[in-house]
Amino acid sequence: MNPAIETRNLSFAYKDREVLHDVSLSVEQGEMIGILGPNGSGKTTLLKILSAVLNGQGEVRLNDRDIEAYSRRDLSKLFAVVAQESSMNFPYTVAEVVLMGRASYHSPFALEGKKDLEVARATMELTDCLSFANRYLHELSGGEKQRVIIARALAQEPEILLLDEPSAFLDLKHQVQVFELLCRLNRERGMTIVAALHDLNLAALFFPRLVMLREGKIYRDGSPSEVLTEKTIDEVYGIRVRVEQDPVAGKPQLFICSAL
Amino acid sequence: MKVLDRRKMILVNSVLLALLALSIVACTLLGPVRLDLSRALHDLSFANPDSEILFRARLPRVLLGVAIGGGMAACGVVLQALLGNPLACPQMLGVSGGASLGGILGLILFPNWLLPIAGGLLGEISWVPLAAFLGALCSMMLVYRFSLFHGRLHPYHLLLSGVIFNSFIAAVIMFLNSIIDFYQAQGLLFWLMGSLSTRAYLTVAFIWAYIIFGFLWLWAKGLSLNLITLGEEAALQLGVETGALQRQIFIASSLMIGAMVSVSGMIGFVGLMIPHVMRLIVGSDHRLLLPASFLAGGIFLCWADTLARIALAPAELPVGIITAFFGGPFFLFLLYREGRKSLAL
Repeated sequence: MNPAIETRNLSFAYKDREVLHDVSLSVEQGEMIGILGPNGSGKTTLLKILSAVLNGQGEVRLNDRDIEAYSRRDLSKLFAVVAQESSMNFPYTVAEVVLMGRASYHSPFALEGKKDLEVARATMELTDCLSFANRYLHELSGGEKQRVIIARALAQEPEILLLDEPSAFLDLKHQVQVFELLCRLNRERGMTIVAALHDLNLAALFFPRLVMLREGKIYRDGSPSEVLTEKTIDEVYGIRVRVEQDPVAGKPQLFICSAL
Repeated sequence: MKVLDRRKMILVNSVLLALLALSIVACTLLGPVRLDLSRALHDLSFANPDSEILFRARLPRVLLGVAIGGGMAACGVVLQALLGNPLACPQMLGVSGGASLGGILGLILFPNWLLPIAGGLLGEISWVPLAAFLGALCSMMLVYRFSLFHGRLHPYHLLLSGVIFNSFIAAVIMFLNSIIDFYQAQGLLFWLMGSLSTRAYLTVAFIWAYIIFGFLWLWAKGLSLNLITLGEEAALQLGVETGALQRQIFIASSLMIGAMVSVSGMIGFVGLMIPHVMRLIVGSDHRLLLPASFLAGGIFLCWADTLARIALAPAELPVGIITAFFGGPFFLFLLYREGRKSLAL
């Protein structure tokens, strides 16, 4: 089977500052990958190139086809993106925002059809947004808003889901809920998931494969216990940690050794 | 869940259409001279003064006002969506200033060297809107470029450079005004304040053609406009070719603004107020917001112009003064509310 996403010798520079250098990454269909790395290591840039917002040097192939051969409309049916922050200057209701995920599926001149409404309702149920479907997005809390954005992404019925720090503004309960939802989508629907993450412990718990970036290069790529070692954390983040196995989950967890 | 459906589309648009029809009838009957509708319709010949005033003086003017009010409101809607800024409007962005300058240059330059080729009235009414369109398009792209840093549009730069560009253009226009002859200058000033005056049906039809064409073009982009309000990146990821969309919006709205400014000068604030009010009433979905704002803008300017005609009758105010009377305070109120919201008070 062809990989869902494949990059070969991908590089990217803003003006003269190189952000990504020679990144070759292959993501199989149905895989769930967490991208780790400190601020400025290139996580967000990588996701933007994968979602065709930025144009890097090198090759990006989706389902064994060059990314440039896709139209925007086809791309938006193939993958959906949950961005770090979403701005909203105009008053849209939750239902309207979720239905925007269906834009590529119906004629630009028509209103949403029955199928679109069904899909939107189902994704809102899945993300637990249905109870506030008629409220305005800007009235919601950060956690609710994030679930709406995820619902919109799922309404695109994508094969691949890209997320940029999906839990950045969420409290612990909502963080866990989001990750459990991602695991379910991955297991039950075979959705390929690539997420940039900050919380290393949550990443270790929920993601079977982790890719650690450092200064725009892939530094480690493997299972949580291969990537999250005391040595790599020291080399990449420059802090000392103790790594121990969680006896129940069997996953490595980090303990920070403060100098104080 | 409540979403835009066909029933709401039809209901809102037909109610507004009915109100517009009523307004057109009412506004043609209102004026410094009292008209008797039955007497006007009884005899349509030149000999009947009632019919003459109704059909030669008032009706073309009211129809022109409807087109321009609707066009201004529709342009306001799309510029606000495209720039992600609820305070954007043609006047604020320097676009109508650019259109005025283009139109004036067209007006001054036209008779001398194009008259023998284009010939007469038809030549002027097609040439001046075109010159104004080019002026609008150039200024829109200029102001846009000056607010774009590292691929991101900065709303405050946008408003500020628009306002500054507008005052610069105003200075250029005043300079032109002082070097042309006195009679031309008098007409220019009245036109600059934004006024509707009676025009031939041919001119009115020409303006309607520009505006309907531009409006349909914009309306066809309604769904993409919804998505672009989420920001350029999100719109790209939802399947919108944002670059092409921006270009098309710039061209279509410049066409409309050029046509409007060429006959009526700068009638401000319609493009700011109407979209806001309609967003509160019908929601933010541009597939409905655009036609609804067009109709409401038509209704609004129709009445504003009637007020301009009768307030100091038999003297006449430029309608731009009426719209500014409503629009100025409204804009300040919006600015205040936005400020409160962003400071989360």
